[in-house]
Amino acid sequence: MSEVSTGTGLHTEDMTLNVGPQHPSTHGVLRFVVKTDGEVINEAIPDVGYLHRSIEKIGEKCTWHGYVPYTDRADYLAAMFANQGFCMAAERLGNVEVPPRGEYCRVIACELNRVASHLIAVGTFGQDIGAITPFLHALRERESINDLMEEICGARLTYNYLRIGGVGYDIKPETCGRIAAFLDHFEPIVDEYNRLLSNNKIFIERLANVAVISKEDALQYNLVGPNLRASGVQWDIRRDIPYSVYPELDFEVPVGQGERGTQGDSYDRYYVRIRELLESCRILRQCLDKMPDGPALAKVARKFKPPAGETYVRIEAPRGDMGYYVVSDGSEYPYRVRIRTGSFTAMSIIDKISPGIMVADLIALIASLDVDAPEIDR
Amino acid sequence: MTAKEIYERVRELCPDGVGGFDEEVPEPFFKVEPARIQEVCKALRDDDALKFHVLSDLTAVDLPKENVIQVVYHLYSYDSRQQIVVKVDVDRDAARIATVEDVWKVANWFEREVFDLFGVLFEGHSDLRRILLPEDWVGYPLRKDFVEQEEYDGISTERAPLVPENLR
Amino acid sequence: MESTIQDLIQALIQALLPGAIPVSVGYALAAILVAFAVLSAFVAPLAGVTSWLERRVWARMQSRVGPNRVGPQGILQWLADGVKNIQKEDIIPASADRKLFLLAPYIVFAGFIGAFVVIPFGSWLIPADLNIGILYLLAITSLAVVGILMAGWSSNNKWSLLGGMRSAAQIVSYEIPAGLSVLTVIFLSGTLSMQGIIQAQGWAPQDWFIFYNPFTLVAFFMFFTSALAEGNRTPFDIPEAESELVAGYVTEYSGMRFLFFFFAEWGNLYVIGAITTTLFLGGWQIPATIFGVTMAEHPVAKGVLEFTVFFAKSYLWVLVAMWIRGTLPRVRVDQLMAMCWKYMVPIAFVCLFGTIVLLVIWPDGNPALSLATLGFTVLVIVYFMWRVAYQIMHSRPELYLKPYV
Repeated sequence: MSEVSTGTGLHTEDMTLNVGPQHPSTHGVLRFVVKTDGEVINEAIPDVGYLHRSIEKIGEKCTWHGYVPYTDRADYLAAMFANQGFCMAAERLGNVEVPPRGEYCRVIACELNRVASHLIAVGTFGQDIGAITPFLHALRERESINDLMEEICGARLTYNYLRIGGVGYDIKPETCGRIAAFLDHFEPIVDEYNRLLSNNKIFIERLANVAVISKEDALQYNLVGPNLRASGVQWDIRRDIPYSVYPELDFEVPVGQGERGTQGDSYDRYYVRIRELLESCRILRQCLDKMPDGPALAKVARKFKPPAGETYVRIEAPRGDMGYYVVSDGSEYPYRVRIRTGSFTAMSIIDKISPGIMVADLIALIASLDVDAPEIDR
Repeated sequence: MTAKEIYERVRELCPDGVGGFDEEVPEPFFKVEPARIQEVCKALRDDDALKFHVLSDLTAVDLPKENVIQVVYHLYSYDSRQQIVVKVDVDRDAARIATVEDVWKVANWFEREVFDLFGVLFEGHSDLRRILLPEDWVGYPLRKDFVEQEEYDGISTERAPLVPENLR
Repeated sequence: MESTIQDLIQALIQALLPGAIPVSVGYALAAILVAFAVLSAFVAPLAGVTSWLERRVWARMQSRVGPNRVGPQGILQWLADGVKNIQKEDIIPASADRKLFLLAPYIVFAGFIGAFVVIPFGSWLIPADLNIGILYLLAITSLAVVGILMAGWSSNNKWSLLGGMRSAAQIVSYEIPAGLSVLTVIFLSGTLSMQGIIQAQGWAPQDWFIFYNPFTLVAFFMFFTSALAEGNRTPFDIPEAESELVAGYVTEYSGMRFLFFFFAEWGNLYVIGAITTTLFLGGWQIPATIFGVTMAEHPVAKGVLEFTVFFAKSYLWVLVAMWIRGTLPRVRVDQLMAMCWKYMVPIAFVCLFGTIVLLVIWPDGNPALSLATLGFTVLVIVYFMWRVAYQIMHSRPELYLKPYV
């Protein structure tokens, strides 16, 4: 405890507050050691690792095919993206060509997953600010997506849908119809969230100008995805380093504009996600229209042995740039799998941003960065 | 700007300790001497032609055959949309390398992770503690010769089989 | 039947205990007995049913079902919760200040129960019509803050302490706009007695103090907002903000003691509604004649009707509080203070002085002004209802996409 002088001869002490690992708003098991002066934070030191499951080490012990289900667990809110990153890395190493229908299936599944993940982000944001109704409204819509996912791949959370060389199961035409029905239903609902949450005076007051991350800080700390875009860097891997069928699709990259305050504040990070929901719906509609016929899975050897080499694959996950650095030594097992996740770097910036904000703002900051404990610790 | 040109430019800026350029792989890389890494990284970030403002990833690969741990830096430039990979071979038995924390802030946590899992010491790092594993963990799990401790804090790390042997 | 409950008790004592014990002792015993009966027969079910209703109403707003298993529509859920909580272990943290920790829930509870002494449910249905009724009410409801602060301090938990401190700052601050708004009404009625305030109003809306003049209309909102803040309700529930302070001052409590805090909170919700009704909405006032029947000739029917009117009016505000809780996020602690001191206190002062000025101009009120205020309010409500109807008509039905179920 450090002594603080208030200048009036009165001596006060910093209070050390332990936020987490079990705390309602830390989105999993995270811990912060917070030094506060009353309600104002002087220092917040993140402490991670409570959910470390050594997924990278497991990668060295599994066959290439056998590792795909484990990648689900890297980020259970966006399991499809973790699948895709690893499959793309393996395909790039083994020179596997994915059939076009397989690519479209992947993009449909991923974008549905992105909507689901952003709904959680937006909903829990409301909950952390104190409005529980939007959270349940968001989960209600996510439930429909879970139903669709169940129909597509049989699982509702850890999908294990992608295979090296395509997807496990083709998306049936009737499922496509249901996805379209969901989109018709969902797009007006985003408006409802705006009325209930985004345009709420209290919500805006709580978030605008709170925990502003400047462009320079965002680059220094390598923020990715919506957090980076909220700080004003127009960067989306789907558009700028295109992969899969994204070059054929037409969509916009929303950037934080300081709608209600400063560019890069918590409100921008929230609102970028709301706008991305609609962009994902747009991508989904185009995919449903353009879906070609043909097989969804390329022929890949059971004993997949890519030649020795290494690759670094970037994909745009809901929490930003997910990087897979995969090294092969030509054997049945990957030599090294490294998963670089967006939440890890987002978490490291909290140390920098937190001094001077209040305890309630720290909660808003964590929620606005949309950090996800399993993704930090892997 | 191709990877080749980036490499040439870096060689121009820091003539010593840069070499081992490989263009044939999907992500071209070049190698840097451990002592020179800070200098090279600063050049990569600050040079107007390069502008690698972002450290995308910092990780390591254990190569016991060559007796090195390869620290890998993935750099990206949002301005010129360039990627370059920088690799540094450090000795496995005395793994030490200079930190790049003051070049890119994010390296702080990345280096802690590499220290935690590979045991590479980053000299000059402000806060080199284990990040994912408990502070009292023995060994560096992502090294290929890592042997799991039989027990941790008096708890066996071996799990009893869920199904009795004769039923399996 | 124009007697109060006190007279009834007095008659009862004299009939049952002719001179065996001093009348004062008998009176005290009888009062305790009556208080116990009222507590278990009216206050406890009221708080319990309010808790159940809040969960159901809230669930409807959130596309959920809510508790519907215990009893018809789950109405007995509160009993089940109570039984469960009584069975739970009463954990007292080793490092807690034991005495204060044990005492705190009772103080909060006493502050809430004490309020029922002066709540007028009917023209004679009031436990005690104190001549300083409203002053007593302001004082006794503030007792809760002492209990909350005690709970926060004695738990020896930093979250509890933060919650207790927030609560103390919040309740003490919001006493001021609440008190000023109450003062506005006291100026109009000229009395502090709860019955006196109601008798100064009429049964018709334009005779209510809320529509007395535009200033009282604003004072009403000031009062209701401050009352929500004093009752720790959303959007002012920062002392127990579950996403920030885990559970605030109740973090370390378990079992029945935990329940006492929430019992008091839900009961307080009704108290807030009752005070609002008394001060601004004409209380139990009903017309002297309904369909040609003179109510004074039917005392029982009159009593029932008065009680029903009062209960319905006050429960309306309980529902409004639930609705607010289901809609709004929570404000930050500095914003809460800023709102109180920078906006609500000045506005409440303006209302007070405006009312005084109008009282000087029209000492007996101005019916035209009252009607105009009423008309304006009705217009606002109609516009709002129209908006709601529009939204309901254009809302999306729930999507059902379960092909395999």
